[in-house]
Amino acid sequence: MAMNPLSARRFLIIFSVAWLVLITGHALLLNWFGLSLQVAVADSLISNLLLLGVCLMVINTLRFYSPSSGQYMNVVVLCLVLGIFWLLLDRSILWWTLGSEEEYFSFLQRSLVIRAAFGMLILGFISLTCIVWHNFQDLQLNEERKADAEKLAKDAELFKLRQQLQPHFLFNSLNSINALIGLRPDEARKMVQQLSDFLRGTLKKDETQWVSLQEELQYLELYLDIEKVRFGNRLSTEVTCEEGTGTLVLPALLLQPVMENAIKFGLYDTIGDTVITLHAAREDEHLIIQVQNPYDPETSSPKQGTGFGLSSVQRRLYLLFGRNDLLQTSGEENIFTTIIRIPQPGDPTDKKITAPLPSNKLCIK
Amino acid sequence: MYKVIIIDDEYLARSVVKEYLAGHADLELVAECGDGFEGVKAIQQYQPDLIFLDIQMPKINGFEMLELIEEPPAVIFTTAFDEYAIRAFEAHAVDYLLKPFNKDRFDKAVGKWAEQKKSAPAVVDQGLLETAALSPSQNQRIVVKNGNKIKIIPVHDIWYLEAADDYVKVHTPEGYFLKNKTMGYFEQVLDKQQFARCHRSYIVNVQQITRIDPYEKDNHVALLRSGARVPVSRGGYGKLKSVLGL
Repeated sequence: MAMNPLSARRFLIIFSVAWLVLITGHALLLNWFGLSLQVAVADSLISNLLLLGVCLMVINTLRFYSPSSGQYMNVVVLCLVLGIFWLLLDRSILWWTLGSEEEYFSFLQRSLVIRAAFGMLILGFISLTCIVWHNFQDLQLNEERKADAEKLAKDAELFKLRQQLQPHFLFNSLNSINALIGLRPDEARKMVQQLSDFLRGTLKKDETQWVSLQEELQYLELYLDIEKVRFGNRLSTEVTCEEGTGTLVLPALLLQPVMENAIKFGLYDTIGDTVITLHAAREDEHLIIQVQNPYDPETSSPKQGTGFGLSSVQRRLYLLFGRNDLLQTSGEENIFTTIIRIPQPGDPTDKKITAPLPSNKLCIK
Repeated sequence: MYKVIIIDDEYLARSVVKEYLAGHADLELVAECGDGFEGVKAIQQYQPDLIFLDIQMPKINGFEMLELIEEPPAVIFTTAFDEYAIRAFEAHAVDYLLKPFNKDRFDKAVGKWAEQKKSAPAVVDQGLLETAALSPSQNQRIVVKNGNKIKIIPVHDIWYLEAADDYVKVHTPEGYFLKNKTMGYFEQVLDKQQFARCHRSYIVNVQQITRIDPYEKDNHVALLRSGARVPVSRGGYGKLKSVLGL
């Protein structure tokens, strides 16, 4: 069931005022034509209150019946039928109450055509307004539904992107724990804790939520610690943040795939010690994060090397901010550099990322 | 006593195998290797009876390492997750251990190896390597052995491949390298958008072609950027045209 237009406060006020104006105008007009004020007011009240009743019927009908574009004729017929009904009723009542005066009776007869036209006009106008109002409501509802659907699709896609956490990492970590249980049970216990905290973090975080850099780095630290257990002394990390960047915000879990990518090419695919650096800076209204890792140009060319990890980051940035220029990569000598620019929200207390949806339709692969 | 080598890039992963090996008095651990290069060296040096081999390792993976060894020993693979590798194992491997694995599972794999050893000498099934080679990461490069050196050739560096008896000559800017494979193997593994079998004995990198000229009556010859000339047979010309979209 659709809402009644009159339930909207603004509509109700306009409607009432218009009706008062109509009644007053009608009475004044009749008075001007020479009817006594008393008769004019009575005529106006009777006619217009009846008309009001009929209008309310129309409004009510259109609440439940919304004509599709081919059915507007039905509305016209409805208006005609109700209009005629109103006219007959109005005439009978007026005649019955005020018809004793000969002069008034002849005036009533003469004015019937104008009354009919006027009533029809009002009825038509009311129906039209109702139809437009209902259509507008439907449109708004549809828009909302569409936005909801798009948001759902976006969330699903983000979730899917996030879920591609390397199963390799998980199983190999479990294998390391298996080894540590035999060798150094205390460390095994610690690693179980780290792995759990890490996984919990992955599961509970809302992808469309802002988190502070500090928070994200703490989370990243868990991941890096686990990798350090797996690869021992081979991996070292240098994390530097310029002053004041700790409170800047970024989408949750954005950095991790970047780090995964750095580890994949910098650690999994190289021999010997590896240093991975992360540097955070502020530039205008952007948080700039630069990650560098060594890579082997012989076995992994940077062109193919963007790999899954970074294309998912690119996609996320696009879904969140509608921009494709926020991720840059370059490979020089043996160092691969990834730079991410994160626009800072205008309102820092705003927890939810409310960047515009990309204008083109979302497609889910 | 049988000689055993563990090849895995993670120290803790090696120590699990080591720990489980301690229960097998007839198996002697002669070497532990952290990557495929060390693996090749150690296998040549010790001639082991059995190796435990990880797949995902730096520079060259476990399968590529095996390709470099002339007579590979029996292999039990240890890996965490790799759908292509697992597909290859299921079809062809002696046994494989999915990390993390327990002692019982390990003992079973060793038992299976001991059983098979009695009946047949260990040979690495070529089908294993060929199935594994279809994995996306592996068709990006070819690993060859050049004397004692291991050379990794990114496929885009290849000019063309030429059949030479039991080998395939891989022609690159640095000269050619021999790989103990068939032309059919490379035709299957290499990206069909980039490489075309233009002749019974030749596969050419189409990105290198600058011109195709008629040659004798039914044949053509492809001129490469490097100046090399690659014969194109009548059937091969058709294939080349379809790859080039002519």
